[in-house]
Amino acid sequence: MNPPCRFTPRHTLHAVLLWLMCFSALPLHASAQSPAAPAEARTGAVPAAQPSFEQLVQQLPGGSLRDRTATINQLSNQRDERLADIFNALLAGELLADKDTPPTIAIRSGEQLTDALTGTALSDSTGLRRIPVNNNLRTQLRGQVAQLHLNHSDTDKRYAAVQRFIRDGVNADTAALLHAHQELEESDRVQGAITTALAVYRLQSADSGIRQAAINELSGSLEQEARNALRGIAANDADPELRAAAAEAIESIQGRIGFYRFVENLFFGLSLGSVLLLAAIGLAITFGVMGVINMAHGELIMIGAYTTWGVQVLFPNLIEWSLLIAIPAAFLITALVGIAIERGVIRFLYGRPLETLLATFGLSLVLQQAVRSLFSPLNRSVSSPEWISGTLTINPVLSITYTRLYILIFGLLVFFALMLVMKRTALGLKVRAVSQNRAMARAVGVRSSWVDALTFGLGSGIAGVAGVALSQLTNVGPNLGQAYIIDSFMVVVFGGVGNLWGTLVSAMSLGLINNFLEPYAGAMLAKVLVLIMLILFIQKKPKGLFPQKGRAAAD
Amino acid sequence: MLTQRLLLSDRGGMVVLGLVVLTAILVPILNLVVPTSSPFYVSNFTVALLGKFLCFALLALSVDLIWGYCGILSLGHGAFFSLGGYGMGMYLMRQIGDRGVYGHPELMDFMVVLNWESLPWYWQGFDMFWFSLLMILLVPGLLALVFGWLAFRSRVTGVYFAIITQALTYALMLAFFRNEMGFGGNNGLNDFKEILGFDLAAKTTRVGLFVASAIALVLGYLACRYIVTSRMGRVIVSIRDAESRTRFCGYQVESYKLWLFVFSSMLAAIAGALYVPQVGIINPGEFSPLNSIEMVVWVATGGRGTLFGAIVGAFSVNYAKTFFTTFSPETWLFILGALFVLVTLVLPKGIVGLLGHVRRKGDKS
Amino acid sequence: MTPLDRLRETWRRDQIFDFMLPKPEFGKAVDTSHGPILYVEDVSVSFDGFKALNNLNLYIDDGELRCIIGPNGAGKTTMMDVITGKTRPDTGSVYFGQRIDLLKLPEHEIARGGIGRKFQKPTIFEALSVFENLELATASDKHVWYTLNHDLSAEQRDRLDEVLTLIGLTPQAHQDAGALSHGQKQWLEIGMLLVQNPRVLLVDEPVAGMTGEEVEHTARLLTSLAGRHSVIVVEHDMAFVRSIARKVTVLHQGSVLAEGSMDQVQNDPRVIEVYLGE
Repeated sequence: MNPPCRFTPRHTLHAVLLWLMCFSALPLHASAQSPAAPAEARTGAVPAAQPSFEQLVQQLPGGSLRDRTATINQLSNQRDERLADIFNALLAGELLADKDTPPTIAIRSGEQLTDALTGTALSDSTGLRRIPVNNNLRTQLRGQVAQLHLNHSDTDKRYAAVQRFIRDGVNADTAALLHAHQELEESDRVQGAITTALAVYRLQSADSGIRQAAINELSGSLEQEARNALRGIAANDADPELRAAAAEAIESIQGRIGFYRFVENLFFGLSLGSVLLLAAIGLAITFGVMGVINMAHGELIMIGAYTTWGVQVLFPNLIEWSLLIAIPAAFLITALVGIAIERGVIRFLYGRPLETLLATFGLSLVLQQAVRSLFSPLNRSVSSPEWISGTLTINPVLSITYTRLYILIFGLLVFFALMLVMKRTALGLKVRAVSQNRAMARAVGVRSSWVDALTFGLGSGIAGVAGVALSQLTNVGPNLGQAYIIDSFMVVVFGGVGNLWGTLVSAMSLGLINNFLEPYAGAMLAKVLVLIMLILFIQKKPKGLFPQKGRAAAD
Repeated sequence: MLTQRLLLSDRGGMVVLGLVVLTAILVPILNLVVPTSSPFYVSNFTVALLGKFLCFALLALSVDLIWGYCGILSLGHGAFFSLGGYGMGMYLMRQIGDRGVYGHPELMDFMVVLNWESLPWYWQGFDMFWFSLLMILLVPGLLALVFGWLAFRSRVTGVYFAIITQALTYALMLAFFRNEMGFGGNNGLNDFKEILGFDLAAKTTRVGLFVASAIALVLGYLACRYIVTSRMGRVIVSIRDAESRTRFCGYQVESYKLWLFVFSSMLAAIAGALYVPQVGIINPGEFSPLNSIEMVVWVATGGRGTLFGAIVGAFSVNYAKTFFTTFSPETWLFILGALFVLVTLVLPKGIVGLLGHVRRKGDKS
Repeated sequence: MTPLDRLRETWRRDQIFDFMLPKPEFGKAVDTSHGPILYVEDVSVSFDGFKALNNLNLYIDDGELRCIIGPNGAGKTTMMDVITGKTRPDTGSVYFGQRIDLLKLPEHEIARGGIGRKFQKPTIFEALSVFENLELATASDKHVWYTLNHDLSAEQRDRLDEVLTLIGLTPQAHQDAGALSHGQKQWLEIGMLLVQNPRVLLVDEPVAGMTGEEVEHTARLLTSLAGRHSVIVVEHDMAFVRSIARKVTVLHQGSVLAEGSMDQVQNDPRVIEVYLGE
């Protein structure tokens, strides 16, 4: 269960901004992230003179039914987050009380008993009796619950409430309620849903003019219920004009749905592309710039993912922070592993790419088995912080998971950071110099061995960072790296070796192609097709999309 | 003249081939004739194991021919091996007839499970041994021809070639995992009953397959030897060492590479076809890129650029694998990984190179 | 040429399609009825904006010995790359004799047609013996099946032995070529050119790293080749060029700066400027 009041747009915006600033402004993050919001809502609204919320709830079991009605009315004026649960339980006959003073009020759900006021679990059910309600009270409660949901501070809850109204059928009472609420509503999404609900209500009207207007209004709605209502009219209505109007409205809705599906596909493709980008970009450095085939790259990604897991195990109280801690940690750890690999093995194999390939493949086996022996061959579970889970619902047919959104942003961020390092820093200059002419670079005083080690460390570190991101998407296990290594190589080869922009374009286009093929071909066949296309593409342009030109490249 | 060229001038090869022939004669006798109680008795398990090794040796030969002699590193030779294996597997499946679990006279068990009505077109003809044999050679050969033509024509070489061959076998693995492909999905083909009318469970059949593998290895060795000792062999080596110079000598480098690649793929397919009836199963896991890279390590360990080195490598690495996976499965991947690193760093010429080095030192002192 | 134009071409009655032309093969006559054996016309090559060759025009007569000199980056090696098919020019045409369009042929067919090349850095096959190196280069059928099933003929073998003597490597015939000295490698490469029996020899810096005696020897050999073969020598060593040259071409910034006898060229003010600077 999500704690309430966490996903207002304001919070989301905060999270995005903070994510962007995470490298530079860590302390600032602390104050804004502290989960203070729900507590404020819980305690702030109680006027001193009236009986407190607790007292009112404790009054519920006592007295006659009439007293109870009065108490409920009083309660519904209180804005308290616990109220909805209590009313719902009362409505379902699951609100229990004992004879103590003050009585313990408990909510029963299945076998479980929880204290309605403190939220703690109760083990002892002796003396607890159901609080009786009659039909009159039930009607009153239903209205109150609906109202409560409509007044909920969480946009998602309010939205769900309106949708429930449409599903259950809108009558004059609810229509009035919704109408009143529409004035106050801030969220466009909920506003839209209410408009749909009211239009669905007006469809039941006897006046065909009103119904025509309602159909027109519904044709702008993407709610599933709007389409159902329109379909009903298009199929069954006695008035042929209305039938035609409804059919037309459905068509226009379908067109818009198609558009949003396309946007969704586009987004998924880009997000898949950003995963590929993250996985491949480190490789673009080691393979593209240094000409080193690092088959252990996938395992470096895996180590990055395990670092995230390690951070979460070491600091179980800082789950919210774990990713931000894991990013620099993973970068450091994998960069060190990378430098060790470079100094220990690859250094001896420059100019012999095929041998490098074999040796690093051997290393990848060793790393995999080491992880298997050290931890376990089973997958580790990495939890996601609150602020990265959940979905961003743009409209009823288009919703985007935050994880994918953040990874897309993160991938681009890493890419541009790397671009900056390569283009603007002394290290970048040296790396480019060594990659173009090792002997000449050495002659002008670049310590090429030192540059090699650092470049390799940089590429490996990025692999580790990619691992942190991937830990939020896939299972973290010893085989994590293997799943990405071939794809990553394909991205680099497709983009053109030694060209970072090419890597970006090729990762994104491969992601998109894969994603657009999938609905027609199925996941596996899509992958096969992409691989075949790539193999054919390499025939046509052996040096990738953006080949390096010039005399040096001709040899 | 030809014997001189193929055998006598190749001392190491003669020793290795001699050992292969010797096992091919001794093992059947020790398995079939010697009583089980005798200390010289060779168990069925050992026969199956050695038979497997012989197939691997043939496979290693095919990798060595293109990598060791022509410098083309294929990380997708497992694909040809597996295709050959699937070809044989399809023949063996058709031999099951109505003895499957579901007792369907024509369809395989997995097709019955998928509710297929009739045999797919590409399963036609595999009930005939000669046709299956032809397909075992033709399908991988054709794949190698098309793939190689595309790759060599646009001068995809070295690491690029290695990576796209790896992608090839990876793509095939994914494809064969799909049930709709009609090759049994991830279970692959298994539960074989008989080959050419011989019961696969019978001792004599197993020994027969073992001897057939040994013969295939010897013939394959001689064929490779014929190629590398011919003028074509010299052209191939010169392509490995200085490709563009060879071109300026007037050789069409692409067609040399292509034909060698096709020949090598067929050799690998034969190895696969002999392997499947001996282990009794073929599944898409055989296509995994790891397998293909392992083959390269056999060759590297044995000594690339010498044909008998490939055989030595295949036997020694696989023996080590069997040993370690039985006694301490945890360590095997460590050892295999270390082997990759050590061979490339310390032993570029493999075991054979090391032996040669030791012998030359011995001669000097 | 638009596709329509190309289609129109096919209607011409005197049209000769490419596939109808005979493939160049070793020892086949080259039509040199108008004098030159090699026509390089208006050839331009650029790498990323840098013009390596800029409207180069060069005609080599049959049997001529031509020296090409020029400062670094003048386009000498690129010119050889264009003639041997390694680099395709952006514009221009290269004809071998009257009929053979070299720009349409792959490297190996150009080599078979009779253009041999010696690289700047000696590139021989180090893993093979001296004999095998020459065997590889020998003019003969070079198709896959033929090389798989045929050894050299007796005639080819004789020619090979002859060349071995000529380059003075008979004693080393069965040694690994990798074990030869630098000068011997240069010789072996020249020998490989000779057994190829080309009509045109492109020789890139043949005397780099040779001793004085070897240089003299090479000079004698190259001059003796001229007449039967056309020889193009690219060289930095002026003394060497002077000793063999009849006609010298000076390249500068991808085009011909001056052409003529060594004396003429050396007194040309533009050449002096290029070599000595302003």
